[in-house]
Amino acid sequence: MRTLNKGLGWLGWMSLGLVAAGSAVALWVVPADGAMGDVQRLMYVHVPTAWLAMLAFFIVFLMSVLYLVQRKPAWDHVAVSAAEIGVMFTALTLALGSLWGRPTWGVWWTWDPRLTTTAIMLAMYVGYLAVRGFAEEPERRARWSAVVGIVGFVNVPIVYLSVVWWRTLHQPPSSPRSMAPEFMWTLLGNLLAFTVLFVYLMRRRIHLSRLEEQLERRGPSYSAQTATAGGL
Amino acid sequence: MSLASRAWALVQKDLLIEARTKQSFNAMVFFAGLVLFIFSFAIGPDTELLREIAGGLLWVGITFTGMLSLSRTYQSEEAAGGLEALRQYPGDHRAVYLGKLASNVFLLLLVEMILFPAASVLFQIELLPHALELAVVALLGTFGFSVIGTFYAGLTVHIRAREVMLPLLVFPVLVPVILGAVKATTLILAGDVLGEAGVWIRLLVAFDTIFFVVCVWLFPIVLEE
Repeated sequence: MRTLNKGLGWLGWMSLGLVAAGSAVALWVVPADGAMGDVQRLMYVHVPTAWLAMLAFFIVFLMSVLYLVQRKPAWDHVAVSAAEIGVMFTALTLALGSLWGRPTWGVWWTWDPRLTTTAIMLAMYVGYLAVRGFAEEPERRARWSAVVGIVGFVNVPIVYLSVVWWRTLHQPPSSPRSMAPEFMWTLLGNLLAFTVLFVYLMRRRIHLSRLEEQLERRGPSYSAQTATAGGL
Repeated sequence: MSLASRAWALVQKDLLIEARTKQSFNAMVFFAGLVLFIFSFAIGPDTELLREIAGGLLWVGITFTGMLSLSRTYQSEEAAGGLEALRQYPGDHRAVYLGKLASNVFLLLLVEMILFPAASVLFQIELLPHALELAVVALLGTFGFSVIGTFYAGLTVHIRAREVMLPLLVFPVLVPVILGAVKATTLILAGDVLGEAGVWIRLLVAFDTIFFVVCVWLFPIVLEE
């Protein structure tokens, strides 16, 4: 049986180094924004986590479709890994956005379309993980969660559109055109760093998912023993 | 038997049971009435305010009442292995979804026929001048709600703690339906001077169409053993 190796591995060290370097540049090298001050530096984490959350949920959708077509457990392993990491990044995006919103907009929360859509997305994928938590049999769990993953993703643009019509107040999306070059390069660097971190986390989580599957195949008594013995 | 006649057979069976026992219907009507009452108490006797937010209150009432009946969608099949039997009948499992969807829509619309007049009395809103527009919104909103609800009710039928899981799955997906239905209803009740309700009705039509297709397509996978 394969085991979970304890070390970070080259990819882990690389993502650690890149995120540390990206944060250092974002915190001390790049000048603060003239209008917003130091709080604007949150953007260097907020934007990458938001992008990766979307990427993660797109992967969930893709893997869900693939699973339903081919019924290979491998796709399910990728889907659940992406969903968990996506939920983490979404929560981080919301928390950082809220910290930024308080001094900039004067409120912790506002019913802006992207904010609202992100929060609803979080709720949908928490539901996805909850379905998995309540279904024990691996084949059913994979099938049901794949269905939830597809419906949820199809809904994201519709939710976004409906909330746009409902009301609007947000920074226009940060794009290279609206940004000074040194800001843009710092953002792109951080985007790269977090993407490498994302790949690293995905690899670890998929590996863990495979180990769990092996454990499940050995039967409930064995996995209960191992779990209580601190095997995982 | 065609898909439609299979679905129709299921609708007949479910509605016959409902007509004889009136289990769901009675519970739903009382529940819906109580929800409206609680809102009136919570928001206070300010008639002007109640009239302004009547659209929102109505749809919260419909959503909660609908959840009540959704969790019972497959209840009559659960006893004595009825769901197994449905699964084993030859032919397309989509008929099961279509039949259950039709019963849910019908039952919820029936409740709304009592709920809307009750709200009109409680919140002092005028329904008759806008009856046709309101009926369209009620139909589209109820259909969208039931499309998602009937689908997830089938998914959670075998899941532990489904009373919690069903709303947890359904509510986030329903956000566009709630927004569309509430906005359209509120605008129509206010006279819709600027003709804005059409945008929301189009949103409801789009949501209903997209998820009807997605859910019909995915339902056989949900029902697999």
